[in-house]
Amino acid sequence: MFGNNPFAPAMQSLPSGFMEWYLGLMVAAVVAGVVFDITHKASAKYFFANMKKSRAKGKREVGGGELLSIAAKTAVVDVLASGEFCNTRRRIAHLLTMYGFLVYVATTAIMVFSYPGAPAPIVPTLWWIGAISICAGGYWFWFFIRADVAAEGNSPLRLMRADLFVLSLLASVTLGLIWAWRGGGTGWLFLSYLLATTVLFAGVAWSKFAHMFFKPAAAFEKRVSRADGTAENLPTQTRDDPEQQKRHSMELLRDAPRDMGLGIKREAPRHY
Amino acid sequence: MPTFVYMTRCDGCGHCVDICPSDIMHIDETTRRAYNIEPNMCWECYSCVKACPQHAIDVRGYADFAPLGHSVRVDRDEQKGTIAWKIMFRDGREKNFLSPITTKPWGTAIPKLADVPAPSQEVRDSQLLYSEPKYIRLDEGGLRTLKDAGLKLKKGVYY
Repeated sequence: MFGNNPFAPAMQSLPSGFMEWYLGLMVAAVVAGVVFDITHKASAKYFFANMKKSRAKGKREVGGGELLSIAAKTAVVDVLASGEFCNTRRRIAHLLTMYGFLVYVATTAIMVFSYPGAPAPIVPTLWWIGAISICAGGYWFWFFIRADVAAEGNSPLRLMRADLFVLSLLASVTLGLIWAWRGGGTGWLFLSYLLATTVLFAGVAWSKFAHMFFKPAAAFEKRVSRADGTAENLPTQTRDDPEQQKRHSMELLRDAPRDMGLGIKREAPRHY
Repeated sequence: MPTFVYMTRCDGCGHCVDICPSDIMHIDETTRRAYNIEPNMCWECYSCVKACPQHAIDVRGYADFAPLGHSVRVDRDEQKGTIAWKIMFRDGREKNFLSPITTKPWGTAIPKLADVPAPSQEVRDSQLLYSEPKYIRLDEGGLRTLKDAGLKLKKGVYY
């Protein structure tokens, strides 16, 4: 079962080229949704205006080589390792869902375009691993980690528009797994799977799907502002600097340990 | 001015919801990001601004220390035991402050009140508070002053 291409039987029953046409349509829906989202909210316009303003205030020029190094750091730390999360559980759940989603989408495209109606080596196994990884991260987040459940005390079963992305993703993947488990085919399960997938990709303008495009841009901008000295106007002085250790205000910390441990962050924020 | 949240920086972790003494920082039901539900009730205590790990919450400072067009930002680094402030004035001037927020590792100096003997009637009737005068060191030769500690009052800092 884990080695069989679940799309092969369905593609034999469906009109030729249907699945390829459907995947193309979903890619177009994502592109249209992201463009609409950016235009409607004017987020890109605001982002670039803010970036220009920040650069004008910069204390030093950031060169091309440095920009490349910042881009590489953003890609490795903020994107590939989800470094922005301070909550370890959220970070792990995000990594599981993100990598699961990438593997799931890539293997779906490979099975549909490269192995239509034929068994595909390893790819179906990866499809299963990706889908299970999405379910593990997604359901963990949905039931236990969500801020309005963990910090606001709301019921984990309460549905809001903010849930459109995670719920349509989980519905699509869960239905896909059940459909594949039952051997594929073109019955009602397949229709439900397609419906949930359509909601996921066609709902980009109303869901937080587009965060995968603008979050890396925001993380890059944050690093550039640190490099050019503006640091989003945040203080940059720290106790590690020997000059700062001489300050009158640092008198009391002269003999104190370098690491004071965690204070309020020792406990998860769930004292609503 | 009350607090406001930079939505692209907030990751909805809930630290501000947890710490707000007015209980007015909540998670938005649509975007799942924090926001101030009742700005009129905000005391501008800066608790959420300091607690936010993403520096996603900001407040416009009071006009008496930073007139319009300024920026007041804070970085509370509890592992280093410090808090840093940076005020940027509209004419480009900058003021930086760095102060301790603890002098001992967190959680190591919590009084064990259960082990302390109950106060006598004489102590109850006294004007002194718990641990006085010991912890304000009045019993070690009077009130502690800057002079005792070998410090000087800096001109322009206190007025």
